[in-house]
Amino acid sequence: MRRYLRLLRASLRLSLLLAMQYRWDFIGHGLMQLVWTSLGVLPLWIAYQARAAAGLSALGGYSFPQALTVFGFFTLLKALLDGAINPSLTAVVEHIRTGTLDFILLKPADAQFLVSTARQEPWRIIDAATGIGFVVFGMAGHIHQGGAPPGLGALLGAGLLLLCAMLLLYSIWILVICAAFYVVRIDNLSFLFTSLFDFARWPRSVFRGALHVLFTFVVPLVLMTSYPAEALLGLLRPPQLLLAVVWTGLLLCLCRLAWRRSLAAYTSASS
Amino acid sequence: MEIRRNLRAYPTLLRIGIAEAVAYRAELIVWMLTTTLPLVSMVLWRAVAAEGPIGPERFSAGDFTAYFLLALLVRLLTSSWVLWEMNREIRTGIMSQRLLRPVHPLVAYSAENLAATPLRALLVLPVSLLLLYLYGRSEITKDPLLVGAFVLSLPGAWALTFLSMVLCGCLAFYIESSLGIFHLWYTTYVLCSGYLVPLSLLPGPVRALAEVLPFRYMLDFPVRLLLGLPGLQGSAAHAAVLSHLVVEYAYVAGLLIAVALLWRAGLRRYAAFGA
Repeated sequence: MRRYLRLLRASLRLSLLLAMQYRWDFIGHGLMQLVWTSLGVLPLWIAYQARAAAGLSALGGYSFPQALTVFGFFTLLKALLDGAINPSLTAVVEHIRTGTLDFILLKPADAQFLVSTARQEPWRIIDAATGIGFVVFGMAGHIHQGGAPPGLGALLGAGLLLLCAMLLLYSIWILVICAAFYVVRIDNLSFLFTSLFDFARWPRSVFRGALHVLFTFVVPLVLMTSYPAEALLGLLRPPQLLLAVVWTGLLLCLCRLAWRRSLAAYTSASS
Repeated sequence: MEIRRNLRAYPTLLRIGIAEAVAYRAELIVWMLTTTLPLVSMVLWRAVAAEGPIGPERFSAGDFTAYFLLALLVRLLTSSWVLWEMNREIRTGIMSQRLLRPVHPLVAYSAENLAATPLRALLVLPVSLLLLYLYGRSEITKDPLLVGAFVLSLPGAWALTFLSMVLCGCLAFYIESSLGIFHLWYTTYVLCSGYLVPLSLLPGPVRALAEVLPFRYMLDFPVRLLLGLPGLQGSAAHAAVLSHLVVEYAYVAGLLIAVALLWRAGLRRYAAFGA
């Protein structure tokens, strides 16, 4: 365990050093991302304005600050996806394609851990901060409109669900990698999931019927962004919390199993 | 002389481009599948307009569905990747090879980009026509004049997308860090073409800006034509179609001149390895 922590620290330090070599990129990326995030929140703002003009208020039970809270969690998770998960896993797919995964398999540590922590983009921390900003801003608006401030239970629930969301994201990613063992040319698949993840920016009441089921159970985007926000807002019921935790556990087991099976099927460069 | 040479090479360039697109068809399909933004928007706006029509043009849920499905269709038919290509080739010096060839690099780029369109159409049209038939049938115009104008507006939309990308791409001759150039183009496109939200819903000043810039002719105008130009009726609509088409192609001509000038000026500064 201690060794893994040390490995993680070394990898983080390396990424940070790499990033600091390109300081202007750091700032440039950060600014660009701020523009993008504001562009992402614009449709929500326009939608609520248009509804207010038509004499309608909440959108499927979500007020504007509540929807902003969901958007905040989306931005936070997107930062994790782009900053920690995406870069590592693009690297693995390349390793599998060229056969250099052999070198990683030879190292005296768990291969899944090594490939998952291979590379980070530290400047995504700015995105994460923006996301937290949106969550705080949304909560402040919610309280301002007469909502109850989150108690200890709500905070703990939201924290637990955020952890689940991160693990869910991670599991899905490992499953994508496992696919890369069988279908080698798959680097585009990362873009596919990233663009699918865009659906997670809206509160879950926006999805109706089959779409809601799809995004809850098959591609659990709703569990990742709407559930933590609802927990923080005090809207989530205990069965839903249980559902999210159980689902996360199942997916984690599934991804570990799939990883093992895929490794067994890996033919490496030389064989 | 040079023009004749380029024209003679064009069919061959197109054939090569088509062969390349077919060879990399799986990548093309995945790239097309990543274009989810209109669908993401559609889901939101259907919910927003679920209880009744919304916005200054009274868009219903059905209107939004048709709007974003059409936006997806137009986007996939007219999109281009020349900006990445130019950026990369100017930075890495591959542009030098292109400059040695007897065909003008911009002509070659246009052939490469245009050649992917037939395959794109083959993949997109069946699915989108089916979806439109299922969900947006009643919102699509039946006026043959507007449908004809839609077909006429598409080459202009493609040319505007391509030329504005080339114009931004020429900036790579001047600016070392090319990171911002694409974002500059894409941000303006997303906001001012109606790709993110229909233009009529944008807040006042942004809307005024979007109505002046050429970006609306890349997406909003063709889409609106098939929706029967919401807000306009009968002869007023027909008059508006004509004036818009004139403006669209005037923009194409203007951008063509701007590209020619900037390309020539930029090329003098080109100092990649081996140039």
